[in-house]
Amino acid sequence: MNLLLSSVERAGYTVRLMGRSLAFAVRRPRLRATVALMYDGGLKSLPVVAIVALFSGMILSLQTGIEMVRYGQGEMIGALVAQTFCREFGPFMTCIILVGTVVSAYAAEIGTMKVSEETAALEVLSIDPVGYLVAPRILALTVMTFLLTICADVVGILGGAIVAANQLDLSYERFLTRAVETLRGRDWFGLPRDVYAGLVKAGLTGFVIAAIGCAQGLLAEGGALGVGRAVRRAVIASIVMILVLSYDFTWLVYRAFL
Amino acid sequence: MIRVEAVSKSFGSRHILRRCSLEVGRGETLVVIGASGSGKSTLLRILIGLVRPDEGRVLVDGKDVHALAHRDLQLLRARMGYLFQSGALLNWLTIGENVALPLFEVLRWTKTRIAARVEEVLDLVGLSGTRDLLPDQVSGGMRKRAGLARSLAMSPEILLYDEPTTGLDPVTSHIIDQVILDLKEKLGVTSVVVSHDMAGTFRIADRVAMLYDGRIIAQGQPSEFQNTADPLVRQFVTGALEGPLKDKTAREAPKEAR
Repeated sequence: MNLLLSSVERAGYTVRLMGRSLAFAVRRPRLRATVALMYDGGLKSLPVVAIVALFSGMILSLQTGIEMVRYGQGEMIGALVAQTFCREFGPFMTCIILVGTVVSAYAAEIGTMKVSEETAALEVLSIDPVGYLVAPRILALTVMTFLLTICADVVGILGGAIVAANQLDLSYERFLTRAVETLRGRDWFGLPRDVYAGLVKAGLTGFVIAAIGCAQGLLAEGGALGVGRAVRRAVIASIVMILVLSYDFTWLVYRAFL
Repeated sequence: MIRVEAVSKSFGSRHILRRCSLEVGRGETLVVIGASGSGKSTLLRILIGLVRPDEGRVLVDGKDVHALAHRDLQLLRARMGYLFQSGALLNWLTIGENVALPLFEVLRWTKTRIAARVEEVLDLVGLSGTRDLLPDQVSGGMRKRAGLARSLAMSPEILLYDEPTTGLDPVTSHIIDQVILDLKEKLGVTSVVVSHDMAGTFRIADRVAMLYDGRIIAQGQPSEFQNTADPLVRQFVTGALEGPLKDKTAREAPKEAR
């Protein structure tokens, strides 16, 4: 019961933190700090996102391609890889990587500042830690999740194309033509819906996981062990929220609006 | 100027403060002494609104600190400075940037004005020439003085010191005591100092109060503490091994909750 209550309390705190961070981001955006955090947290994750996306695209293309070629559906590999990446794989993979590289770092940084009284020092200086520390981090990760997902989508599809061309006797041109066609298939507000929905989902999830990391950091107490607990909670809660949001958003876009 | 009225605070089942009452006049230096874990730091945190008391209230110039709206509390804190035990400097900022932080974030001064003020307060605490060093590059005593410089940057009327000399060598301790005396004489600052350094206490105190078992058990002039007949106070002041404090301290020695 206590565990449930404390989980609800933490969730409530995280939601309040999201609201306050948004208010700070609108009222007094810290653009310089945000850009620095985008570089430090987000852009430095680009190589790992690219490598994972490349190999995921290659694996997806090979695993599905072998079967599809056997049933005479080789032409559809491009469509399958493109839709899978843009709808689900790109955002999901990017967010999971960012949980490991950035969200855990947010929880550790802010948690260490909390236990070493630095956040208290900000408060007594009349500087709100939410505006100074949290809002730029949330804004930076939201934007970077969006941008890195574009990169993951592109690199993943290219990875699929490389395997299709070299292992499945499908030309780059045929693979990519199918990929582009399928994404163009159903427009939504003038944009390809699959791409649009995937990117909005990525941005939204980035916002939520950044808030989770910062909230767990601010709730840390009890020295180094407390910081460790905060990081662990942040990672677990973020992964769960990625899955929950991913399902809900997919339902909303592909079922509720159809 | 500061009035503490019957303040009580517990963390779980542990009573930290029990109906403590104190008064500090304008320009006065009150030193609160007591064994480790006697509730001194908690009292200081309650004074500046970092910790909410379970009972009682704290009035600063007649305003109840814990009944103030967030904005009003920030305005009040802008008139107060707080020196943390560790200095609580932000580790990624230089000493100069740490001192400049409230001037930039709260008062929003121009760069030229901030630079001049930073030089002035660093000079006041004997840290000229350390502006561009990171907190990790200076000694513990210098970090404490830098924390003091940051607290002084906004010219506070009230300064709260949490064990300003703990962990420092006797000469550095004496330097910090001298800074506290200078601030009182030159700027008329009202101070509440939490300490268990008796030599320093008698150097800087106008009045002394002793916390024991969550209660204020004695208040008076430093000379009264030096010549006291109270066995508890006498043992603490002299540091004698035998006496009523020994068993209690050895048995409880609790860590103050943050």
